[in-house]
Amino acid sequence: MTATPVLSIDGLSVDALTPEGPRRVLDAVSFDLLSGETLCIAGESGSGKSVTSLAVMGLLPKTSLRIASGSIRLQGRELSKLSNSAMRSVRGGDVAMVFQEPMTSLNPVMSIGEQLTEAIREHQGSEGTTAGAVALRMLDAVHITEPARRLTQYPHELSGGMRQRVMIAMALSCRPKVLIADEPTTALDVTVQAQILTLMKELKQEFGASIILITHDMGVVAQMADRVVIMQQGRVIEQGDVSPIFRAPRERYTQDLLAAVPRLGAHAGTDGPPRVGPATATPFTPVSGPVLSVRDLVVHYGKKPTGLLGGKKQTAAVSDVSFDIFPGETLGLVGESGSGKSTTGKAVLGLIPFSGDVTIDGQDIGALSQRQMRPVRRSAQMIFQDPYASLDPRMAVGAAIAEPLVIHGIGNRSERTDRVAELLRRVGLQPDAASRYPHEFSGGQRQRICIARALAVNPKLIVADESVAALDVSVRARVLDLMLELQETMGLAYLFVSHDMAVIERMSHHVAVMRGGRIVEMGTRRAVFEDPQDAYTKALMAAVPLPDPAMRKSA
Amino acid sequence: MHVLKSMIRQPAALFGLVVVALVVLLALAAPLVAPYSPDEQMFDGLTLEGAPLPPSAQFLLGTDALGRDLLSRLLYGARTSLVIGLVANGIAVTIGLLIGILSGYMRGLVGNALMRFTDLMMAFPALLLAIVLAALLRPSLWIVAMVIALVNWVQVARIVYTETRGLVERDFILAERSLGAGHGRILFYHILPHLIPTAIVWGTLGIATTVLLEATLSFLGIGVQPPTPSWGNIIFESQSYFQAAPWLVFIPGAVILLTALSFNLVGDALRDLLDPTQRGRG
Repeated sequence: MTATPVLSIDGLSVDALTPEGPRRVLDAVSFDLLSGETLCIAGESGSGKSVTSLAVMGLLPKTSLRIASGSIRLQGRELSKLSNSAMRSVRGGDVAMVFQEPMTSLNPVMSIGEQLTEAIREHQGSEGTTAGAVALRMLDAVHITEPARRLTQYPHELSGGMRQRVMIAMALSCRPKVLIADEPTTALDVTVQAQILTLMKELKQEFGASIILITHDMGVVAQMADRVVIMQQGRVIEQGDVSPIFRAPRERYTQDLLAAVPRLGAHAGTDGPPRVGPATATPFTPVSGPVLSVRDLVVHYGKKPTGLLGGKKQTAAVSDVSFDIFPGETLGLVGESGSGKSTTGKAVLGLIPFSGDVTIDGQDIGALSQRQMRPVRRSAQMIFQDPYASLDPRMAVGAAIAEPLVIHGIGNRSERTDRVAELLRRVGLQPDAASRYPHEFSGGQRQRICIARALAVNPKLIVADESVAALDVSVRARVLDLMLELQETMGLAYLFVSHDMAVIERMSHHVAVMRGGRIVEMGTRRAVFEDPQDAYTKALMAAVPLPDPAMRKSA
Repeated sequence: MHVLKSMIRQPAALFGLVVVALVVLLALAAPLVAPYSPDEQMFDGLTLEGAPLPPSAQFLLGTDALGRDLLSRLLYGARTSLVIGLVANGIAVTIGLLIGILSGYMRGLVGNALMRFTDLMMAFPALLLAIVLAALLRPSLWIVAMVIALVNWVQVARIVYTETRGLVERDFILAERSLGAGHGRILFYHILPHLIPTAIVWGTLGIATTVLLEATLSFLGIGVQPPTPSWGNIIFESQSYFQAAPWLVFIPGAVILLTALSFNLVGDALRDLLDPTQRGRG
């Protein structure tokens, strides 16, 4: 590795143009990307990591963001002052980018082959057949099965992992000097993520590109980076080689960030989640009988074929799922996308049609009508993945939390106001939050509001569907602690649905691993995590990127 | 009160509010402010050759082909046109909202049947339908308003249907269901408020189109019956004099434009004020 910087960013500041005047979103950011290295920019949402990459690409939205000062030099050539047309040849030619969501970054009405050859022709000027040959070679390089057939297919016909491979093929097709990957694996399943990361390592050597990898996931950083830039609120907090930063972070923020990362295996040798409450609090003593009992649950998608205009063929999203959850306990339901874990979570609350037996708090809900279901809903509540989407944006927070009380006819107006204030305090918010609207809160606060709403009717069971997936890692840890503390003091039972093995390990007493709509392995957390029996469980655990550069998996 | 105060602080909204208030006031006070009777064909209202008079001190906005004072006709016409624009259009938006929200929320037989009925109405030429309805019933102002309402709800229903379908899929509706909320609560507390912007935009845009639809009907002889003036039929009666007496078309046209624009400005301001996520922004 030579020590000449390919890309050098010096004192880069970017202003956001708001009606109240410019607001600084990037403040004097400086770093170098050396030839042949992988530089990870890590930070939480709002840290400015994506803005940095857009600035390098010259893709800042002109109406809202503007470079205020500083320079971006690619092999000595200043990029920030280039004209649009000059920048266009740099983009995709010398610097290429891979985005987070491969489905939305590919044009859905163009075949893969057309999109690839278009990119190649644009920058290399090669004609018809040569471009086609290059496209085929690129797909081969990113290890897509049956590359010739893929060229004629459309984006929706490919899986998420394959689409991201196509994006990488497209980005590398013009042999860029710098590849910027903005959260390239965040939308992917953990096993697919592992494959894509491995692929990127291989290709970096093959194509001799330098990589800027933007990620919030410290596990990915540890696995990929040569050097790390830690960003927070538009500033570079700390930068340096990956091992020293993970071993001995200098800055307080980096220390907190690393401490907040859940580590797979951190809770080995214990049966339940760690206690977070004061030791003096009397632990909840479990009573007999499960609060939720599921037997042979089956959920179908698509209508039953009826008559002439019969619907599509039915497919089973969930089949033969059975489990029990006891008061004060958590069942972690883990699996990748399409495994049926979220569908299971919705079905057990009767939110989607199902067959099989679901018993909540002694009541078989399969036979109940919507109206009869209402009292049962008091004992089982749900917290969703995206707290912003699951709060009515036109309803003040206080009204939203009081909603279940109103629905179930509990208390009068003033009693409800008191209860809302109490609930807000309970989840760590100020009671005056009640008069504000969801968009005025941060992601973590919104999820606390959702938790408060779920707690309003004193439920016995809470189904948490990817409830912390949309949150930053440090916020996530605090929300998880809150959930654990509520469980300890109130004896709540959780059905905790997540794709994140480390989060499941932290939260669960029992774990069920789902794949293709079925539970492939179920047992106590200790049994599943310390001695997995099923090959798929083992593969899942092996794919989790460990936040420790010393335990790097070889490419 | 809060809404009114914030409106006064925005120049565009204030302008709209003032014009709307002025139009409504003048329409109500037409008998008091109109210089002449709207139906009176005045001897000195025409030139010796029998052509309409341009605006002058005696007739502020000129006279029409029959020697009637244009200003008086416009003032009385405002009554007709406001009834059409507000009542007919209001009923149309209400019907559209109701049918759209129900068919969007209730899938299955009822929802589909409602939507296919809407499509049927859409495919049917609106003017033809209005002609049939107006021919069957004896034309009067209120009948014409009903006819226009029955023709104009269709687009609103279609748009509300699409929006409701989208809203029903949103997580907060699922969250509401998981809390145990009934259909009524979901429909009125969680879906309807989100449709208010659409309803306001359609309501204000519809004012201009309904005023003109009434004019078309009047032109065909099945609208508001002459000599009762409406803004629409003033334009239509005078269109053959367009070259000789352009004020007869331009002035009522400008009045319709200004009124519709003002309603739009008020509607936009109202929409932003009712949206909590916009509160506190410019």
